[in-house]
Amino acid sequence: MSNILNYIWLVPLFPLIGFLINGLGRNFLSKTLVSFIACGALLASFVVSVYFFISVKEGNHELVKLFDFISVGKLSIPFEFQIDALSSLFLLIITGVGFLIHLYSTAYMHEESNAHYARYFAYLNLFVFSMLLLVLGGNYVIMFIGWEGVGLCSYLLIGYWFKNTDYNNAAKKAFIMNRIGDLGFLLAVFWIIQQFGSVSFGEVFANAESKSTAVLTGITLLLFIGATGKSAQIPLYTWLPDAMAGPTPVSALIHAATMVTAGIYMIARSNILYTLAPTTQSVVAVIGLATAIFAATIAIKQNDIKKVLAYSTVSQLGYMFLGLGVGAYTGAVFHVMTHAFFKALLFLGAGSVIHAMHHEQDIRNMGGLRKKLPITHLTFLLGCIAIAGIPPFSGFFSKDEILAAAYEASPVYWIVGVAGAMMTAFYMFRLYATTFLGNFRGTKEQEHHLHESPWAMTVPLIVLAILAVIGGFVGIPKVFAENAHSLEHFLSPIFTQSEELVKKDHALSHSTEYMLMGVSVALALIAILYAVNRYSKKPELQDAEGFGKVLANKWYVDEIYDAIISKPLKAISIFFNNVIEKSGIDGFVNGIGEGVQYASRQLRLLQSGQVGSYILLMVLGMIILMVVQFFIK
Amino acid sequence: MNLLLLIGLPLLTAVGVLLSRNTQQVRSIAFAGSALQLILALALIYFFQKERAAGAVAQMLFEQNYALFPSLNINFHIGVDGIAVSMILLTALVVLAGVLVSWNVEKMTKEFYFLLILLAMGAYGFFISLDLFVLFFFLEIAVIPKYLLIGTWGSGKKEYSANKLALMLMTGSSLVIVGILGMYFGNGEHKSFDIIQLSQAGISPAVQKLFFPFLFIGFGIFTALFPFHTWVPDGHSSAPTAGSMFLAGISMKLGGYGCLRVATYLMPQGAQEYSSWIIVLSSIAILYGAFATMMQWDLKYMNAYSSISHCGFVLLGIGMLTKTAITGAVMQMVSHGLMTALFFAVIGMIYERTHTRQINEMGGLMKVMPFTMTVLFIAGLCSLGLPGFSGFVAEMTVFMGSWQNADAFHRIATIIACMSIVVTAVYILRAIGQVAMGPIKETYAGLSDASWNEKLAAIILIIGIVAIGVAPFLLNDLIKPGAEIIMNKISGK
Repeated sequence: MSNILNYIWLVPLFPLIGFLINGLGRNFLSKTLVSFIACGALLASFVVSVYFFISVKEGNHELVKLFDFISVGKLSIPFEFQIDALSSLFLLIITGVGFLIHLYSTAYMHEESNAHYARYFAYLNLFVFSMLLLVLGGNYVIMFIGWEGVGLCSYLLIGYWFKNTDYNNAAKKAFIMNRIGDLGFLLAVFWIIQQFGSVSFGEVFANAESKSTAVLTGITLLLFIGATGKSAQIPLYTWLPDAMAGPTPVSALIHAATMVTAGIYMIARSNILYTLAPTTQSVVAVIGLATAIFAATIAIKQNDIKKVLAYSTVSQLGYMFLGLGVGAYTGAVFHVMTHAFFKALLFLGAGSVIHAMHHEQDIRNMGGLRKKLPITHLTFLLGCIAIAGIPPFSGFFSKDEILAAAYEASPVYWIVGVAGAMMTAFYMFRLYATTFLGNFRGTKEQEHHLHESPWAMTVPLIVLAILAVIGGFVGIPKVFAENAHSLEHFLSPIFTQSEELVKKDHALSHSTEYMLMGVSVALALIAILYAVNRYSKKPELQDAEGFGKVLANKWYVDEIYDAIISKPLKAISIFFNNVIEKSGIDGFVNGIGEGVQYASRQLRLLQSGQVGSYILLMVLGMIILMVVQFFIK
Repeated sequence: MNLLLLIGLPLLTAVGVLLSRNTQQVRSIAFAGSALQLILALALIYFFQKERAAGAVAQMLFEQNYALFPSLNINFHIGVDGIAVSMILLTALVVLAGVLVSWNVEKMTKEFYFLLILLAMGAYGFFISLDLFVLFFFLEIAVIPKYLLIGTWGSGKKEYSANKLALMLMTGSSLVIVGILGMYFGNGEHKSFDIIQLSQAGISPAVQKLFFPFLFIGFGIFTALFPFHTWVPDGHSSAPTAGSMFLAGISMKLGGYGCLRVATYLMPQGAQEYSSWIIVLSSIAILYGAFATMMQWDLKYMNAYSSISHCGFVLLGIGMLTKTAITGAVMQMVSHGLMTALFFAVIGMIYERTHTRQINEMGGLMKVMPFTMTVLFIAGLCSLGLPGFSGFVAEMTVFMGSWQNADAFHRIATIIACMSIVVTAVYILRAIGQVAMGPIKETYAGLSDASWNEKLAAIILIIGIVAIGVAPFLLNDLIKPGAEIIMNKISGK
């Protein structure tokens, strides 16, 4: 049975083929054919992934070495795939949610011209291919290749409507901020190579305990910098809200369900390194928590339906990092999974609204869509309940697991975390109530065209809604039932090494856990009731003022970055180019040229052809020689 | 395989070009000649690897040795190792692409192609020489055509640029000849120009310390060693398209190769003595070049400045003195050669149609020139070091090798160099965004896409870039033994 896993390369192969066919044939393939190829590739990958998942569930895992990518000196970096519990779970999420979003896109992007339609799906397939490379890679270099690949696809898809300059700028910003993170990742890889003489996960993790804490702290911090870029954490998160310029299914797939969780995957994969570097763990937890609450405050005052969801994503990713930071690796991965379900659902629901409203994204111009878009409404509502953490929806279980672990680490983490969760419930239902409840506030024209989306869009919504509702049951906490946390059991081989190091002497008592749950659920319910009550009757139509304006303007972080980073860097460039290059070095080079010419002009004067001056010079020379001889001897 | 073919074939092509009667014939002969060169280069790799696989352990293969001036011990000694072979392949690829993009040169076509082929011959001769005297001879052959190409077929302030380039490169050459003579006379009783003999004899440390800077700076000027790089932007920008491609793709590599094969290999103790200087200057070049590129609004100037930054990686790799870094330096030479040739080729295609090279005057060209813009995009991605293209593996190898030096000085230099990947992304994406994306200007709405010859040229170079990016071991295996020998020399084994 185990040798079946040797065919793991099939999973990324299908999307790669899809990319090549659609990319090269974009000028002559029909839309139907393009959709068929793109969705078919994903479906094939998904089916194969399910097969491998089952095999892994039976206890198999495999490291499949395809060829030596590069070998220099003593180091050899193989192109290898690692298929185990963690990667097979991510495979399911990527190909499963990916397929639904591909299907959804066939309807959402239908207005595009043939060539652009094919280009869109080619990029999307390329993205899935890169993402699969990222999670399947058996060493840090292959992971980094996927890491950069998804960044490129993100860039391409954010700037998909390339005629719009703002969108291009958003794409550029995303790429460059990710690059800053990549720099950290790359340095970490070099350090790992120098320390371990290998980049393969197996060898690195096996030898991790023999390395000094200082080195591991350095490596893990650098890796974490990479994660803050890709997974949009403070200080590198500002690209993600701008990335909403891309088509909505792209936001669902890349900027909610898959790519932005790459940082969490990477840390969960390297969990042993982090467990051995407690300082880094604290940094991860604090940054995650800070991001969670910071982004939540911004989300409260956003009026663009996608922007709210974007900040919500940043905030939820913060929770996942909190989980990683306090050692709740399973909880973080669990939240990645449930978040993939409900956030993809919410984005696709938003897409359905935008589609129905003819590219209107401002929720102040919506309202009362409940009746016109029944399926979208219902599924969106389920998604909102799930993200708000109301039992027994999926978000409750995963968020609770992280918060419980946070409480164990420090009650302060828990208090801040619950405050963020309450805000989450509030802004999500503010969004829900403003969009779906109350009266319609758009134009007559828009009202006339309001319609529920076609099946290709509603089916994915329904499937994701079901998953968002029941997805949490794979991780039922001990307090409800013993041994019901099947996800923990499934993932345990990945985290054993870390767990053996941190022997937990005291688990939370059941009564404490019930109390914690009770408080967070009660607060979320209060926030929901307040938000629905307030915004269904009187939505916020004016621009915010006072403190609300600061929030609406995202704490002016973009402006601050511009002033303290972009402008100085530009000044440096100008200084280098104008002062050092032009006046300094080039001035010197030209100066030599001019100097030589000047000197030759002067020397030429000596050869005047007048015998008198020659004799004068000769006499002068003789006198000098005599003087020199006379005195110096 | 007879290496003399590598000189004979370009020579024949050049003569053929001179004898041909019309433009059509000139083009056909030049094309056929350069296509044959590529086939020859591929055959060379094939036979080279076959010999190696068959167990040939000699440092240089296909050696030939003829006495030129026996009284001075000057010999026509040629032979290749993996490093030279990969440089020859790079040359052949760039030459063919350069000939293809010059299809529409109307002014003195015969002379133009003659000079291109002559330059190629100089490069081939340089890479196969094992005698410093012969090597220097070919180095000079490769300089003169550049002066004429820029001065005659160039654009902008071409006279200034041609003078600047020729004078600065001549300065480099004069430093090189001083260094070579220093080795010749410094080798005790047994005066020799022969690379193999010199390396076996071992030049005394005092001589090495004295003459290493001459050779390294001399060759360094060719490969844009900071602060001797200012010929690069003007020279490249004034040159005709194929001229820029040859300049950046081939002739800057002569310098890098010289720094490695002549300066570092023959004077390992000199290299160790000055390695921190090399590292400082090259990491400045990398980051400084990248920042300076941000201020360039002319596409050619942009690529020229980015070449300064990218060639810094070559010198950084050499200065780091580890096996991995040196392998990376050679990979970077090949990668940068292909990538920058592609960049200049595509800039030429754009300029021929829009008649401007100013980035802000363009916009939305993706709509009318999708092929050309895709090529620009690929060149840009390679330049910013994206996996899947050659730039990534080459730069990564240099960095991996650099990081093996565990002290603070090397670490900081590596981090500084690494920071350029962010800056590079900024200027590349800005240029692509301005040129290819956004709304299209009305004046450009009727432009045509690349012609067949331009497409072919681009595809040849892209195949090279992607092949190295996806299967770096192909290039790596070729270079490794050669790099190992150089490294063993340095570590004194």
